[in-house]
Amino acid sequence: MLYYALKRLLGALPTLFLLLTLAFFMMRLAPGGPFDSEKSLPPEIQANLDRKYHLDEPLPAQYLRYLGDLLRGDLGPSFQYQDYTVNELIAAGFPVSARLGLLAMALAVVLGVALGTLAALHQNRPADHAVMTLAMTGISIPNFVLAPLLILLFAVHLGWLPAGGWNGSRWQNLVLPVIALALPLVAYIARLTRGSMIEVLRAPFIRTARAKGLPEHTLILRHALKPALLPVVSFLGPATAAILTGSVVVEQIFGIPGLGRHFVQGALNRDYTLVMGVVIFYGALIILFNFIVDLLYAVLDPRVRYR
Amino acid sequence: MALLEVRDLEIRFHTDDGEVRAVNGLSFRLERGETLGIVGESGSGKSQAVLGLMGLLADNGRLRGSVRFDGEELTRLPRNALARLRGRRIAMVFQDPLSALNPHLTVERQMTEVLTRHEGMGRRAARRRAIEMLEAVQVPDAARRIRRYPHEFSGGMRQRVVIAMALLCRPDLLIADEPTTALDVTVQAQVLRLLRDLQQRFHMSILLITHDLGVVAGLSDRVLVMYAGRACEEAGVRELFHHPRHPYTLGLLQSVPRLDTPAGEPLRAIPGSPPSLLQLPAGCAFAERCPRARPACRETPPAMREIAPGHHLACHLEPPP
Repeated sequence: MLYYALKRLLGALPTLFLLLTLAFFMMRLAPGGPFDSEKSLPPEIQANLDRKYHLDEPLPAQYLRYLGDLLRGDLGPSFQYQDYTVNELIAAGFPVSARLGLLAMALAVVLGVALGTLAALHQNRPADHAVMTLAMTGISIPNFVLAPLLILLFAVHLGWLPAGGWNGSRWQNLVLPVIALALPLVAYIARLTRGSMIEVLRAPFIRTARAKGLPEHTLILRHALKPALLPVVSFLGPATAAILTGSVVVEQIFGIPGLGRHFVQGALNRDYTLVMGVVIFYGALIILFNFIVDLLYAVLDPRVRYR
Repeated sequence: MALLEVRDLEIRFHTDDGEVRAVNGLSFRLERGETLGIVGESGSGKSQAVLGLMGLLADNGRLRGSVRFDGEELTRLPRNALARLRGRRIAMVFQDPLSALNPHLTVERQMTEVLTRHEGMGRRAARRRAIEMLEAVQVPDAARRIRRYPHEFSGGMRQRVVIAMALLCRPDLLIADEPTTALDVTVQAQVLRLLRDLQQRFHMSILLITHDLGVVAGLSDRVLVMYAGRACEEAGVRELFHHPRHPYTLGLLQSVPRLDTPAGEPLRAIPGSPPSLLQLPAGCAFAERCPRARPACRETPPAMREIAPGHHLACHLEPPP
């Protein structure tokens, strides 16, 4: 088991290396640079800036320098946020995004699995159609439509909750963004759960459980839920990594100081180090969560063994 | 009073293609301590008949007729009352022990839950009873192996586990649906012997569903032959094997491959295939394949009649074949 974990983590290194190399050169291929602006700077200042950030060196040299810094755990200074390093920006933004993401994910899993199971048990009956219609709607409405609608209803009309801001993560500020993040996930998880639950309920071992005279709730909770959750778990890996690193749209709309906005802002500003930092961080998280998913498989299915 | 008495059982499934008539007026009795073998090929309705009487039909299935178990009419029992009977007084053993056991739960969990459900036993007592039962079906090292998962058992051991699970509450009736089909031949013999011993020990009735005439011969007291959802012949096991009367039973017996036939001789089979259950013929369902069919056979379905003591036959031929 430990050997397996070690093997997996070492195996992830080439993937990460490939990712950061691609990101590095693609970023540099994009026209423009971090210090381009409407007014062109005097050549002396431009040269000074380039020297300070080593942008005057040939690209391979910059690449090697970046790799060296990375090995020491240093993601470099941000080009845009003058006095901050990328490490600091991630350290400030990630907890905010992660708190939001974890809450949204927890809500989505609980609601999604419950609704999906409900739908599966009432297959092709009204309750099923209601849940699936809701799910289809949830999947089809994009965040940037849903979030303003939520604000309009709960903040503007009803005045129950603030329209945005963070306020040191008061719960009132969390409610709307968590809902906006969770709803599409609820829909997705409900559909996944319904599908696999219907399949599991047809399995011969469920018929055995019925033949043993077990009551329906034992049948579902003890016999059917575990196998039905396998596809949900494999969806949760990458989805959790994505939601923990923040949603660009939701954070922008609610004015939340998370990690998500750095993705877009950094790219628009050609903030090379920031984009690189966020990409590597996200990549590492995805790898980590896929690893966790594989471990969870072994918990859910005793036939799975790793060595 | 018979332990189980099934009368005019009809099972229909509503599908997109129309109504599938799986069982069409099946009647039989099973006495205490007796074994009735129900024989038929795939699609003859034998499995659906027993699933139906246990209340385990698929959602699109409808059942009519009467099923009296120990004097109680099962078809009128509310769902949860029937569930209380299942696993306690009527237990079932399925064809494929690997898929019949839940791969995600230990054998212990799957066994003890029967006892906690039906006998209100605590975990420890249930565990003790489960280990005893595993020993009774000759699973070696039961106390240790009970903590394992089904995939850690061999096919024969798995079927023993399934049988032990069915016997936990000492049922009056054991329904065995192709209990040996998924097993190696040598293991088949062991499991059959085990079933016979257990029946003596626990004095239960067995309803044995199979397409394997050898299995029937080894275990049953009486045999009922099914074709297209109807019984076509029923008799004591010796009588049926020595004096088969229905042309279908005859065909079945002649199709059994024998070791003493000369090499190179083709295997015998009944020509044609069973009728579609979506559209059953008006007359005898076997008429299309029957070598001796007469025009009358295609007009009305033959009724069951007693042609010798304990020997029932549904055939129009006169005198009976």
